[in-house]
Amino acid sequence: MNMSRYSAFSIFRNGLSGQKNWQRAWRAAEPKPAYDVIVVGGGGHGLATAFYLAENHGIRNVAVLEKGYIGGGNVGRNTTVIRSNYLLDGNTQFYEFSVKLWEGLSQALNFNVMFSQRGQIVTAHSADQLDTFSHRANVMRLNGIDADILDRDAVRRLVPYLDFSETARFPIHGAILQGRAGTARHDAVAWGYARAADGHGVDIIQNCEVTGFVRDGDRIVGVETSKGRIGAGKVGLAVAGHTSVLGQKAGLELPIESHVLQAFVTEPLKPLVDHVVAYGADHFYVSQSDKGGLVFGGNLDGYNSYAQRGNLGVVREVAEAAIALMPCISRVRMLRHWGGVMDMTPDASPIICPTPIDGLYLNGGWCYGGFKATPASGWCFAHTLATGKPHPLIAAYGLDRFRSGHTLDEAGAGPSAWLQ
Amino acid sequence: MLRIECPCCGPRDHDEFRYGGDASVTRPGHDDPDPETWYRYVYVRKNPPGPHSEFWQHVAGCRQWLVVNRDTRDHSILSVGFART
Repeated sequence: MNMSRYSAFSIFRNGLSGQKNWQRAWRAAEPKPAYDVIVVGGGGHGLATAFYLAENHGIRNVAVLEKGYIGGGNVGRNTTVIRSNYLLDGNTQFYEFSVKLWEGLSQALNFNVMFSQRGQIVTAHSADQLDTFSHRANVMRLNGIDADILDRDAVRRLVPYLDFSETARFPIHGAILQGRAGTARHDAVAWGYARAADGHGVDIIQNCEVTGFVRDGDRIVGVETSKGRIGAGKVGLAVAGHTSVLGQKAGLELPIESHVLQAFVTEPLKPLVDHVVAYGADHFYVSQSDKGGLVFGGNLDGYNSYAQRGNLGVVREVAEAAIALMPCISRVRMLRHWGGVMDMTPDASPIICPTPIDGLYLNGGWCYGGFKATPASGWCFAHTLATGKPHPLIAAYGLDRFRSGHTLDEAGAGPSAWLQ
Repeated sequence: MLRIECPCCGPRDHDEFRYGGDASVTRPGHDDPDPETWYRYVYVRKNPPGPHSEFWQHVAGCRQWLVVNRDTRDHSILSVGFART
């Protein structure tokens, strides 16, 4: 298609005409009668899937259907943390593959996703916790992933603003550091994938809600939408948060509950937090945005919810955890808090697989970890859609793992989705 | 905040309660040998956007387990009753 590449020269050339002649980043497509593949959901995962279908598999007759607008869902609501410090086989390799894709993503998409490998520090608050972190670091290193164990003094040198006082309720004993972890600009990820997919001929259709499925016998051969019926060789669902809703329309029974997770940002500060910091004694993680705001999050609200807004009780809990770790921000004002609806699975790991229904493929169950997985999820889901078989990196993410007992419960939290 | 009308204690903040999940699933008998039944009981959820029947325990009050019918889209509470009738 007519995608002009972004470059220093294109900025210069457009500068000669007052920056007024930039092309729009992707076309406003209207649906064709049928596609080889329809991806339902224009979030990061759906757009990445469409991009890799075209880029890796040469399948360009693809539509992405988004009920709202690109970037309006969870891809624009997360806290943008990217890391691969996972313990369990299946997770470790998948997330590391994702970090490797992140490392080349701006070049691959010709769009600056502002991936900043500032490193992630998770604090340990007892000798035992530091032991479990050493275990994790060893697993990571055996898988070729960078990991370092820091003692208290080393943590203090890196992040002196944490509570190292004698009165800290949970004194810092050390930390695990993944230097290649970091953050990215989440909107740029959505826009970059949308633009690159569009450049390959993918139709991105916004304000197009899928209301049902078209069947031919047992096979799904299309979707009913608010813009009419659209035929499809294959349909891939990438609608985490609302997977149950569409799954039910297709007749799928799923081990998923929808829960709301909040995120927060403070007023802008001068540079303070140079890393992603996660609190090992409670659920709190923070990074500082390029605008200066501290971006942070905590626990789920804790009861089933499809409302994209959170409750004040969690605001208090997260603020308490924040102050316990970083007393220096006790006077900083919170600017905004918002919520996103998560697919919570009983083991907090995702589900990407062909489904028992012919022609229907599932990518969901991302819990609160979907953003970092965006490139690998798209890559592997595209492979699954193109070949009909799961990519080896997602072999552990099948829907049947709950039946067979092969769950990937990274936190060991048991099957209650809201406790993950 | 949600305000749950506890049948024992009156209207209380939901912070006093512990969430217990979907109340529409029924536990199979102890002697049920079918793994499929247990799979569905432990894992499969309807997860509706709309009225949802769910358990809450009033841990900081009367400690009764309640069944609350709540709309998951706007958190309006439609009914509250005792779990054990």
